[in-house]
Amino acid sequence: MMSTLALTHAPGQSRTAPRLLIGLAFALTAIFVVAPLAFIFWRAFADGWAVYLKNIADPLVVHAIWLTTVVAVIVVPVNIAFGIAAAWAIARFRFPGRKLLMVLIEIPFSISPIIAGICYLLLYGRQGLLGPWLAAHDLKVMFALPGIVLVTMFVTAPFVVREVLPLMQAQGSEQEQAAVTLGARGWQVFSRVTLPNIRWALLYGAVLCTARAVGEFGGVSVVSGSIRGQTNTLPLQIELMFNDLNTTGAFAAASTLTVIALVVLVIKAALESRR
Amino acid sequence: MSIVIEHMTKSFDGTAVLRGIDLTIESGELVALLGPSGSGKTTLLKIIAGLEWPNSGGLVVHGADWLHLAAQDRRIGFVFQHYALFPHMSVRDNIAFGLTVRPRAERPGKAVIAAKVDQLLEFLQIAHLGERYPAQLSGGQRQRVALGRALAIEPTVLLLDEPFGALDAAVRRDLRAWLREVHDQTGSTTIFVTHDQEEAFELADRVVVMGDGRIEQIGNADQIHDHPASPFVARFMGATIELPVTLQAGRAEAPGLDGSRLPRRALPDGPATLFLRPADVTPLPDPAGRWQITHRTSNGALLRLDLADDKGTDGTGRFGIDLPRRAPEAQGLVPGARVDLRPEAGTIFPGPRALSPQPAATEFPRKEKSL
Repeated sequence: MMSTLALTHAPGQSRTAPRLLIGLAFALTAIFVVAPLAFIFWRAFADGWAVYLKNIADPLVVHAIWLTTVVAVIVVPVNIAFGIAAAWAIARFRFPGRKLLMVLIEIPFSISPIIAGICYLLLYGRQGLLGPWLAAHDLKVMFALPGIVLVTMFVTAPFVVREVLPLMQAQGSEQEQAAVTLGARGWQVFSRVTLPNIRWALLYGAVLCTARAVGEFGGVSVVSGSIRGQTNTLPLQIELMFNDLNTTGAFAAASTLTVIALVVLVIKAALESRR
Repeated sequence: MSIVIEHMTKSFDGTAVLRGIDLTIESGELVALLGPSGSGKTTLLKIIAGLEWPNSGGLVVHGADWLHLAAQDRRIGFVFQHYALFPHMSVRDNIAFGLTVRPRAERPGKAVIAAKVDQLLEFLQIAHLGERYPAQLSGGQRQRVALGRALAIEPTVLLLDEPFGALDAAVRRDLRAWLREVHDQTGSTTIFVTHDQEEAFELADRVVVMGDGRIEQIGNADQIHDHPASPFVARFMGATIELPVTLQAGRAEAPGLDGSRLPRRALPDGPATLFLRPADVTPLPDPAGRWQITHRTSNGALLRLDLADDKGTDGTGRFGIDLPRRAPEAQGLVPGARVDLRPEAGTIFPGPRALSPQPAATEFPRKEKSL
């Protein structure tokens, strides 16, 4: 008779090596990811709840949170629209420059955000190419909300396309063609066939995009000018407090950013299981 | 709804896919477009549907110029090989789709749509599946739903692109008979694309054989089987043996060949090619025969004899013939024996044999041109 016990490993093979590797993975994750995160909260609460709340309620921190939210609220919908449009064009049509467009979309992933920030500064800044024209029309792009939004948009541009495009390519256009033969107009095809098919990928991309938009530091630090209470986003505010030796305050602000990131992570995990 | 296609051409990136198609399909007809992959049959179907546009030519349906009509306005039912059902909608919603996307003024009421869907579910023999989702259905059931979705808009023309191509043999036979019934009951004009001869001939009133962007022949099974219009059709219909012969007073003559069973043809004397199906050839044992048997295999019912022309130098090479395993003459036909051949039926085309014949239909790569 064969043994009815389920064999989880080949007989005679040692189970030490896999256990060791799993243990190592957990240990490294704990040291490099979990411990620093835990440390943020530990330091944030080091002086007690009251100090923590006072730090969070600091008008500068509140303003930074508000500014970061505004940026995300503008950037994410624009990127969703851009992402769908770009994915649609690349997946459904053959046109000159299609390959080039695919490469261009990836650029923000490969370019350091700080370079993006400098490029925008050179273009829109007072000494920049468009600077005189903008000044003449009393438009302030650099060291103001428009600049922060532009740079964040640049940095987060690929997220939605990258999620939606492979799915649209894999699904092909037959369902859309079927809808067309059944009499559906362009918008009906999109809203009733295309969109439902990509909804999870789209949400997933939007979540990643949000996380990045909220956490963006390098590019924004160049174009925002870090004016306290005016153009400081949350990551910039944290850095500022840190430099001011207000460590507890910095950690308190950091904890809010971390909470946002963790919430996004949970949503992302939930979405992944739906797909 | 008669469909008139005139001088239609189409090319993709400089490659001609349709090279001048003229075809008229009568109202209520069931027509098959038959051909190997790359013959342009699917492209022709998609042009009729409005999913592709020709480079030149005309498409007139019941007097209306369809090339100036968007796909949405043609009211065609299109059934895809891979069903293309909407995965996020139930079977009912899939079938109702074409009705629910109509402009409000033309859209039937909810109750009317529901009744229509019920009726179709009943008609398609899938009444119990209405609340399911496509992922929960078998291939055959999905194709029934796809057809129901197409029929719901009461199409003027029903177009099917390899509708049974993704199904296994038993389901395919079932659905074939069922599609014929559906066609007869709805009375719609139906065109379907297939690369399967059996399917085309069994199901269609008329079969249009296409090859390399042209219509090679139009006819029913017997006509196309017995009188292929071109070497291409002969090959596609399974004539894998091509023998160089000399025509003399309408008879095919060649060494070792007994052409007495072939009817005289009104063709000029001179070189010609005789196309034969492996089963239409009787081997005549003869120690001095032209062909030597090199191989003998059996599939139970049929024997296949591989023959080699080791005397001739004209490059006719090797080919196989089939005969019933229980035939009395099968006894002596063993490897090494020599035979002459007597064709029982065949087709003669004037002119010498093409040096590099196209492979037979079954040898075409199965990759469908995806558009």
